Amino acid sequence: MSDNRAPLSRRDALKWFAGTAAGTAAAPAVLAAPNETEPSPPAISTRSPIHDPDYMKPAVYPWTKLFSPEELNTTKVLADIILPKDNLGPAASEVGVHDFINEWCSAPYDDKKDDCDVIRGGLGWLNTESFRRFEKTFVELTSAQQTAIVDDICNPADVKPGLKVGVSFFRLFRKLALGGYYTHSATWKQLGYVGNISLPGDYPGVPQEVIKLLGLEDVV
Amino acid sequence: MALLTDRKTQPQYDVIVVGSGAGGGMAALQLSLNGMKVLMLEAGRNYEPMKETPMFNTPEMAPLRGDRTPDRFFGYYDATVGGGWQVPGEPYTNKNGTEGSFWWWRARMLGGRTNHWGRISLRFGEHDFIPKSRDGLGYDWPIRYNDIAPWYDKTEMLIGVYGENCGIENAPDSSPGVLQPAPKPRVGDLLARKAGKKVGVPIVAARRAVLTKPMNGPKIAKELFPNNPKAQEIMGTDMSMRAPCFWATDCIRGCSIRANFQSTTVLIPPALQTGNLDIITDAMVREVIVGKDGRATGVHYIDKVTRKDAVAKARVVILAASTCETTRILMNSKGKDGSGLANASGQLGKNLMDSVGTNLGAHIPALENLPPFNEDGAGGIHVYTPWWLVRDHNKLGFARGYHIEMGGGRRMPSVGSLGVLDSKSPGVYGTKLKEDARRYFGASFGFSGRGEMVPNKDCYCELDPSVVDQWGIPVLRFHWKWSDHEIKQAEHMQQTFAELIDLMGGTAKPKSGRDAIQRPGEIIHEVGTARMGPDEATSIANQYCQTWEVKNLFLMDGSVLPSNPDKNPTLTILALAWRGSEYLMEEMKRGNI
Repeated sequence: MSDNRAPLSRRDALKWFAGTAAGTAAAPAVLAAPNETEPSPPAISTRSPIHDPDYMKPAVYPWTKLFSPEELNTTKVLADIILPKDNLGPAASEVGVHDFINEWCSAPYDDKKDDCDVIRGGLGWLNTESFRRFEKTFVELTSAQQTAIVDDICNPADVKPGLKVGVSFFRLFRKLALGGYYTHSATWKQLGYVGNISLPGDYPGVPQEVIKLLGLEDVV
Repeated sequence: MALLTDRKTQPQYDVIVVGSGAGGGMAALQLSLNGMKVLMLEAGRNYEPMKETPMFNTPEMAPLRGDRTPDRFFGYYDATVGGGWQVPGEPYTNKNGTEGSFWWWRARMLGGRTNHWGRISLRFGEHDFIPKSRDGLGYDWPIRYNDIAPWYDKTEMLIGVYGENCGIENAPDSSPGVLQPAPKPRVGDLLARKAGKKVGVPIVAARRAVLTKPMNGPKIAKELFPNNPKAQEIMGTDMSMRAPCFWATDCIRGCSIRANFQSTTVLIPPALQTGNLDIITDAMVREVIVGKDGRATGVHYIDKVTRKDAVAKARVVILAASTCETTRILMNSKGKDGSGLANASGQLGKNLMDSVGTNLGAHIPALENLPPFNEDGAGGIHVYTPWWLVRDHNKLGFARGYHIEMGGGRRMPSVGSLGVLDSKSPGVYGTKLKEDARRYFGASFGFSGRGEMVPNKDCYCELDPSVVDQWGIPVLRFHWKWSDHEIKQAEHMQQTFAELIDLMGGTAKPKSGRDAIQRPGEIIHEVGTARMGPDEATSIANQYCQTWEVKNLFLMDGSVLPSNPDKNPTLTILALAWRGSEYLMEEMKRGNI
């Protein structure tokens, strides 16, 4: 763990953020419209990678990523346990889920910062729990040992004493892992999403077999 | 295609158009097709949809997988660039005592909001023009449906609108041959329609400004511009070059193949082809300049690139800067009594209206695990429900109606698309989680209401006495309060949506009207602050968008709408701008302007 990096990185991120068009626009917008006491944003009209991105170039990630290499690795291992490589698609790490979670937790928005506290705290909790049980970090555990811990924290309906933090962490982590995983186009076919391609002619509509299956013949 | 002319302007134009969205784009096109020399001023940057639209970009190519952020409220790929609820350096404020802060969406870009709008194009109906005569509330329009109907036809033919004539009261039909065919409904639409049939809620083809067939440009142009060979040539060629929808990508990203309507793909390119239009972007208009004779002589703007003040001159000024920006320009201009230009009636800034919006969605078990098929469709809604209880208002307890938009199914996944697994698949991980993801993906459906509000004295904007933007221009300050009409209407929406969801097999959790109603301004249908009317005493402009006070000053955006029917305003703004532009040219020919 190298938590000592974090405050600096976040400060960097916020410094960048405050000094750009995006920063001036972002902060108050979702919570409340501005009121009389809010100062005018500074006079900056430069093109920001978020506020006015150039879509024809690769996306720019304008904030410093916070995770240490150890945190990122733990994220990767846990994400692959939740979404492993199998006949329903690639492993989470193959579609960059760990990088996505790092990016999410590093973003300078209030909701993301809240998530960051849960995720980074949870990654720390996971290592402590691994150490208590097996005297190793989570990534050093055997697959069976990892599964034992995950099984104890995966079910929000059955929270064992002392594992509340782990359960909250896992719930959010799984949600973000799912979000990152299925927003990668390499997972879509096996999810059942077959769009984002151009079709000639008329829109084909609902296949006959589905109309029949759902008994919709009278409303077509 | 280069949309921009160089920043040098002619010493004198026939017409200055402030704003490049629906109203400004339409005015500039009609005027330039008829030989007028037009200067368009746009406060935002140049924007080229043919080059800039991220049509097939996937979420993994975007920061945060394209998720919405406060600075990109509708997601990373929303076509709005450099704008949003906040524009850097251009604040607005809310007045103390307001009940709910007004949110003001501004698109600072060529084409304005037309680049990202939902393309929903509903005609206002017969009743919508006489609200006060019907129920004693609000204000009657200076025109009736029959006055605008031909302009709706023409506008729909020009921009291309899909839909069907449904014959429902106050949801007018188009003339035969005007509409493009509507796309087939999606699977959730059919389930909803089946549910609607049981409770008398009609679900019919939506009307949207999206081409489903190629346009026969020469034929349409001949009909639209019968005595104008140059217009026929330019528009005929240009319309034929637009491609129909290829059934992919959300319209909110914009459309590089020009299948849907945006000012930057449909109005501005042919207007430039006439050789009669100059455009200056990054030009922030602060006021209309008025001569000693009371006539407008031009506008004073700030060149954002050089930060220098500049003046452009013309015989006529058209403000089409968006409802509140147009109002702000008038307030910042020198009128007769210091309250703002063209404000003898005192109505400037008053009667601010947005649409009432609520939504409700749910998991629909019948949609689980269907065999995969392409549900992308036309990049927006295929079906909708026009207000169906026109005759029941005495029983309902609120004065005006709403329409329902709806959708669901397996669309391009976003970060939150599998959120349903939190409740449907708790505790699961590994291969079983992927099986559940496949089962539940897209198995949800949602309804959104868009309702008419009654104008009231508590909803208005005015100049903030102490705040200026980074260009030194006084900013707007808003005040807002919903009336019971809107809260009760929102409640009715929730109850209706819940009933439909239950009939579709889902479990709905409707909210109270007060909890469900979205923020003022959030629907981005704000209109009414410089209304048109029958006389100078009660309105700012006449039925042709011409201000009563300044004969060579026209307002061609949502500001002139005297009421805000549940039908999204863009189509009506386009139709009024075209009608007003024709009147303007006739008046110039007659020597009255």
